[in-house]
Amino acid sequence: MDNNLVQIALQNVNMWAIMPSLILICFGMGLLLINVFLPRGTTKHAVWISLIGLVVTGLFVFKGWGDPQYGFNDAVALDNFAAFFNITFLVAAGLTILMSDEYLRREGYPVSEYYPLVLFTTAGAMWMASGTDMMTIFLGLEVMSVGLYVLAGFFRNQVRSNEAGLKYFLLGAFSTGFLLYGIALIYGVTGSTRLTEIGIYLNAHTSLLGNPMTLAGLVLIAIGFLFKIAVVPFHMWTPDVYEGAPTPITAFMSAGPKAAAFASFLRIMEYCFFSLKPEWTAMLWVLAVLTMVVGNVIAITQTNIKRMLAYSSIAHAGYALVGMVAANEIGYSGILFYMLAYAFMNIGAFAVLVLAGKKGEDNLTLEGFSGFGYKRPFLGVAMTIFLFSLMGLPPTAGFAGKFYIFAGAVKAGYLWLAVIGVLNSAVSLYYYLRVMVYMYFRDPLEDYAWVSMPVSVVVSIVIAIAGSLYLGIVPGFVMELAKLAVF
Amino acid sequence: MEILFFYLVAFVTLVSGLLVIRCQSPVNSALALVNTFFCLAVFYVMLHAPFMAAIQIMVYAGAIMVLILFVIMLLNLGTESRQRYTRGVVWSSIASLLMLIVATVTIKTGQVTGAEGEITAHTVKSVGHTELIGRTMFTEFLLPFEIASILLLVAIVGAVVLAKKEV
Amino acid sequence: MSSTTGSLPTTAPILFEDYLALGIYVGIALFLVAILLLLSWGLGHRTRSRIKNEPYESGVYPTDNARLKGPVPFYLVAIFFILFDIEVIFVASWAVAYDRLGWAGFGQVSFFTLVLLVGLLHLWKTGALDWGPSAARQNRKNQDIP
Repeated sequence: MDNNLVQIALQNVNMWAIMPSLILICFGMGLLLINVFLPRGTTKHAVWISLIGLVVTGLFVFKGWGDPQYGFNDAVALDNFAAFFNITFLVAAGLTILMSDEYLRREGYPVSEYYPLVLFTTAGAMWMASGTDMMTIFLGLEVMSVGLYVLAGFFRNQVRSNEAGLKYFLLGAFSTGFLLYGIALIYGVTGSTRLTEIGIYLNAHTSLLGNPMTLAGLVLIAIGFLFKIAVVPFHMWTPDVYEGAPTPITAFMSAGPKAAAFASFLRIMEYCFFSLKPEWTAMLWVLAVLTMVVGNVIAITQTNIKRMLAYSSIAHAGYALVGMVAANEIGYSGILFYMLAYAFMNIGAFAVLVLAGKKGEDNLTLEGFSGFGYKRPFLGVAMTIFLFSLMGLPPTAGFAGKFYIFAGAVKAGYLWLAVIGVLNSAVSLYYYLRVMVYMYFRDPLEDYAWVSMPVSVVVSIVIAIAGSLYLGIVPGFVMELAKLAVF
Repeated sequence: MEILFFYLVAFVTLVSGLLVIRCQSPVNSALALVNTFFCLAVFYVMLHAPFMAAIQIMVYAGAIMVLILFVIMLLNLGTESRQRYTRGVVWSSIASLLMLIVATVTIKTGQVTGAEGEITAHTVKSVGHTELIGRTMFTEFLLPFEIASILLLVAIVGAVVLAKKEV
Repeated sequence: MSSTTGSLPTTAPILFEDYLALGIYVGIALFLVAILLLLSWGLGHRTRSRIKNEPYESGVYPTDNARLKGPVPFYLVAIFFILFDIEVIFVASWAVAYDRLGWAGFGQVSFFTLVLLVGLLHLWKTGALDWGPSAARQNRKNQDIP
């Protein structure tokens, strides 16, 4: 044993690189501590504190735009890419929290731990987006997933919610195993977990590219993320989990965590495996087509709106994958744009669903929406806008997002992929329009007197409408930002 | 000597692994699993990773086993539930066989690669495996280490939310 | 990796013989246990009868299944045990290198512990560690009595 005590310490810690997630963590922990001293059932303060936390974090992310920070010996990077995704997560979390309080109260489960869990989940998503080390990404994924497992099973007295939590947990843990195996294999091949070092090493040793260990590692890592994104054939959990989870959590899951998985998937593929680009784009081509087709076709047969939206979210993951297959600037920035747009439009649609339900029954059948548009004009119009956006019709965010992604595919020479994508959008018109047919062209079965309009949920719907329309009418500015954000 | 010892431990590991899945009573399976964990710990020691061996015994043979036993007690599974889950032996055997072939081929054809790191068997010997892990954890992997604390916190809160009796 | 290891001298690789002492120790322990068991089995006095086979040779006849379902709080405690067990392992990895990590390392491990302390506080105040009726319910009862 040598006794010359050489102090070793990490040289460049640079707390600024993790500041957004650190702020969220501090708010989350503070909230946990405040909660225990207040009587159970008080949640208003939690809503406010977590919203303030999200806004402060958002301001911080905005302030740091264009000034990339690298910290912890390159384990984390707060670059534009991470910042853009962070905004998406914050939007998703903010809209979710706004609509949650009302919903939790109605279901008789006002538990204040809900809000810290959402904050921690968001912080985990941020680590995924800003991680430049496999371990950072992995632990971020775990923080996010564990939070989501709990949130999905949050209504522990409801069997559906239990089923959702358990199913998500078991399959999620399984897929995390795949991811870890992949990371281990890649570490074995390259001797590093830093994304850039892996990429440089693989690029310098081209003989390794055909090595079964490298390829197995690549595929296993991809499976881990494709599960979280819910790409066919790793989508089986989605409908059940989305249906059973509390509606605001379903909304959050479909936007925030999905974007986070896309973020780290993009970063890993682009940083580590750029030398294998032809291989993985070919793989993703097939998966993108499968995902779009399966998602859209099965969505047609659904009569439960939450399940229908679950399948449609699978289809939307397929559209976003098209951008990854394109693997060029427009394609990648299209994904960033699309994820933000999707956060607005999908969470907005779920917010309407939250208001349309009664205690204990979510009122999600198509029949239940007969004449809803007449009786509740504001909600009807809002739902129409969100559905238009999900269909991808101008002048909404969905149109602009799809436009950029398919433009990227065409530019990269994947004309057929773009054609398949557009055809799929046409298919999706059927099941989205059907909701509107029920809302406007059927005689109302009920007067929807139970539908209240609490301020917080209305605010979230208004924000979602504003976002969907802004991104649809003037997409240029945000798209420029997205272009600055990609590699 | 070493190779003989390895085969001995490997044999015990495989036998106890088989017992885990073939035992009638779930408690017996759990005990066989403890045995497997101990054997794995021996492997870690043989690979000169005593810290991993300690983790294996503390976390797996200790904590995880407690959890598994509690689940067995909680669900109170009799032997009658066993029939339902032992179907498809043929298919699972075929799948395992394929997996074995794939793994063998991968190991045989994949060359032993990996960047030559600075930490060799010599450094492990002179500094100590555990201390090396400690150093790396607090320098190279400091952020993941701190995130792990948040992960544990989320797990604590989640466990309370999901499982605590209503007040 | 270079920045983390500091100055590392190199000596001979680890030998299997290093663990020989441990192996012999384990061997002796197992041997002793086996010997004792065998001796008591071989030399002990045995009686076989119907009454001898009953769970309690005298007293009440057992009824019903011996396998009761354990209550959920046990499981909760087991989960907390795992979580804090893992914390111990992480802290142990700091403890072996504390002298080299210095105050920076101390601060880092303090943050780690503080986060888990928040978790512990949360557990404690929400009553997840309580057995029997929770403090809240007891308060309610106390209010009911007068």
